[in-house]
Amino acid sequence: MSGIVMPRPDGDVLERRGEIVAALKRLVPGEGVIDAAVEMRAYESDALTAYRQLPLVVVLPETVEQVSAVLRYCHENSVKVVPRGAGTSLSGGALPVGDGVLLSMMKFNRVLDIDPANRAAVVQPGVTNLGITRAVEHLGFYYAPDPSSQIACSIGGNIAENSGGVHCLKYGLTTNNVLGLEMVLVTGEVIRLGGKHLDAEGYDILALMTGSEGLLGVVTEVTVRILQKPETARAALIGFPTSEDGGQCVADIIAAGIIPGGMEMMDELAINAAEDFVNAGYPRDAGALLIVELDGPEAEVDYLLGEIEAIARRNKASSLRVSTSEEERNTFWAGRKAAFPAVGRISPDYLCMDGTIPRKALPDVLTRMRALGETHGLRCANVFHAGDGNLHPLILYDANEPGQLEAAEAFGADILKLCVEFDGVLTGEHGVGIEKRDLMPEMFTEDDLKQQQRVKCAFDPKQLLNPGKVFPVLHRCAELGRMHVHKGQLPFPDIPRF
Amino acid sequence: MSDRLSPRSAEEVRDAVQWAAAEEQPLEILGTGSKRALGRPVQAAHALDLSALSGIVLYEPAELVISALAGTPLAEIEAALAEHNQELAFDPLDYGPLLGQTPGAGTVGGMIGANLAGSKRLKFGAARDHILGMEAVSGRGEIFKSGGRVVKNVTGYDLPRTLTGSWGTLAVATRITLKVQPTAETEATFVLSGLNASAATEAMTAAMGSSAEVSAAAHLPADIAAVLMSHGHALGGPATLLRLEGFATSVDYRFAALKALLQGNGTVSRLEAEASRALWRDVRDCRAFFETDEPVWRISVAPTAGADFIVRMQAAFACRAYCDWSGGLVWLALPGADPQADAVRAFVADVGGGHAMLVRAPAPVRASVDVFQPQPAGLAALSARIKAQFDPHGVLNPGRMGP
Repeated sequence: MSGIVMPRPDGDVLERRGEIVAALKRLVPGEGVIDAAVEMRAYESDALTAYRQLPLVVVLPETVEQVSAVLRYCHENSVKVVPRGAGTSLSGGALPVGDGVLLSMMKFNRVLDIDPANRAAVVQPGVTNLGITRAVEHLGFYYAPDPSSQIACSIGGNIAENSGGVHCLKYGLTTNNVLGLEMVLVTGEVIRLGGKHLDAEGYDILALMTGSEGLLGVVTEVTVRILQKPETARAALIGFPTSEDGGQCVADIIAAGIIPGGMEMMDELAINAAEDFVNAGYPRDAGALLIVELDGPEAEVDYLLGEIEAIARRNKASSLRVSTSEEERNTFWAGRKAAFPAVGRISPDYLCMDGTIPRKALPDVLTRMRALGETHGLRCANVFHAGDGNLHPLILYDANEPGQLEAAEAFGADILKLCVEFDGVLTGEHGVGIEKRDLMPEMFTEDDLKQQQRVKCAFDPKQLLNPGKVFPVLHRCAELGRMHVHKGQLPFPDIPRF
Repeated sequence: MSDRLSPRSAEEVRDAVQWAAAEEQPLEILGTGSKRALGRPVQAAHALDLSALSGIVLYEPAELVISALAGTPLAEIEAALAEHNQELAFDPLDYGPLLGQTPGAGTVGGMIGANLAGSKRLKFGAARDHILGMEAVSGRGEIFKSGGRVVKNVTGYDLPRTLTGSWGTLAVATRITLKVQPTAETEATFVLSGLNASAATEAMTAAMGSSAEVSAAAHLPADIAAVLMSHGHALGGPATLLRLEGFATSVDYRFAALKALLQGNGTVSRLEAEASRALWRDVRDCRAFFETDEPVWRISVAPTAGADFIVRMQAAFACRAYCDWSGGLVWLALPGADPQADAVRAFVADVGGGHAMLVRAPAPVRASVDVFQPQPAGLAALSARIKAQFDPHGVLNPGRMGP
């Protein structure tokens, strides 16, 4: 475990463990409560595996009533709760706390309603992202956001992280594709938001829940928008001498009024790692590789591929191939989709970062990143959602070499600070979790963070849900609510008045 | 309203709100006031007028991003975007003329406060789907920012989106950053004439369930179509409208695909780009109800429920109505002064739920009837707790969204 400090366990709760486990077993009978250490091991970390912690107890409810009863019990007894979906978080969002219940939602795995006429599907939160598409594809529909973990990650987790994927420039993030939710507040109260209609009523709490990293409530049902599958999709694989050339090509494509379905870039190290792994036919000598996918009506895709070819040539493309079959298109993507495991083959361990920058900053950021790599003595491969500026630097290290994890984390922190320096953000789609928690002040002032935490107080005044995540400094709600008021004369004689 | 403060910076907004909070003096938050006649009337002795806080701060066409101070006229933003063949994809409707104001008068702050969207919401979402970042002053008198200028961002709660559609009751936005989009090369409208409401719903549902990428779908019954014809639109009888935008080759291709798909459903005609844009502006802004002063509702239901809702309303009242958003948005005008709120909301519940907002009615009516859809007790209590965390003294637009 390295430098991230979690809240100190509540000794009183640890002492009452037996009593708490017994009470939870009454609320969730059968095999819904796991309290043996050996069985709880499966839940000790998420996909940020450098951090591990056994929970107090694991609970797997099957009904909304059970979720409500568990939360109400925990709230009344001041026991912390960490909600968990499939556990694919790369930021430690589902890392347990030793004095808290780990609430797994994976028994909520049913598709409840498919409504093609209203282009909506209602599912439980443990259904996987790809599972939604699988459930509707026989009707010609699909669910658009497609994070690379889509085989495993749950829609409930997608809501917690506002997941994106390669198609979000054209089709939006999770927040743009969710129509309604049912959720349980920490008090056990069940709240429903939205539905199959488009506009939410009142404050947009649906938007607030999306990306809230499990800190505000536990989602028990999700209504998503489903889309008709595009008539066709084709991809172009374009090599460039440098990432500057590739970056300019991306800018020119957008300036021409074209919004591709997906637009991904890889640097030389990532290209070669992917090519070694899957033999996708990537140009090994290219400084940058761009995959541009066009989807839509055939006539449009053919026309736009011609436009893109011309733009690429003007930007010194060193190689250019356009897919002529579905098989070839999938091959183009195979290398990109396997980039993480491919890098895993050339290095014992890697850290995957997730900053977003304005696209135009890419060449400068890459140059500075190379210099940082030299400072920290580590290599870094880059895959990049070129359309939306979301960077995934993969820092290569060896956890068995003393000091390398710490060096990799320091390098990662420097990369994220670099993103913020260029008007970007700390995390595009992986979430703050514990991983980027202590970097939040790089991007936000104390007032910014306090207002965020006050929102939490409206949902969870005892701060029991997913503690230790997202916010670097915990303030009690009573302290956050205090206001310093200065009564007296209008303190602003200079503001024009009418 | 006796006193109007006109701050020129976020710091001056902060000073004004700090004073209001300390003195517990409510503020009415205003841009140009183009939507003052919408929502419950605010009782406040002081107005905070943001129209001096104006100007585009950043516009980078290649990055598809624009950032402006809250009082910037929307028309200024749209003109700047048009110079680079870009637009706000969500097609913000202009409430002005429906509410008896001049058209094109709103500000970007008002657009966000009301979460505006137009007919293209069906494909592109509403203002809330395109906001990237915000700087604002809370009711506590503190400047805070949230979000950023990039599309992909999950760094902290999504406050910009949450504050969109909060009608100035949580915080005063001072700067707003939005995602923009290339304007389509051209467009056309596929018009099916002569369908009744249920056949129109079926046709729209089939079109939306096809890969024709329809960006807006509306059905105008004969009486509504007649009003629009009197304003120069080339329609004949009831009209089901499907909007196609994109590159010319693509629009033609998709038009042909729709023709094949919807064969045998009424008479097909085509409106070319200019006529198409003009018609959709009038559908979006509710032109059919400009010249009367009857109460007007805006009702959001599941798309297949819209026609059913209208049937039920028209069986009970002699009202006029039409659907946008493929049936999911109903514009409804009732005769006489009574907006029949209980009946409207009961029918919304009967067709599967959604919400109804009273868009146009005299101030005394808006003060006594729920303008916004009443919420179940638990959700209302949660909303009140959120309000208290942003604005503990209740000084920002008190009563605008509810008593």
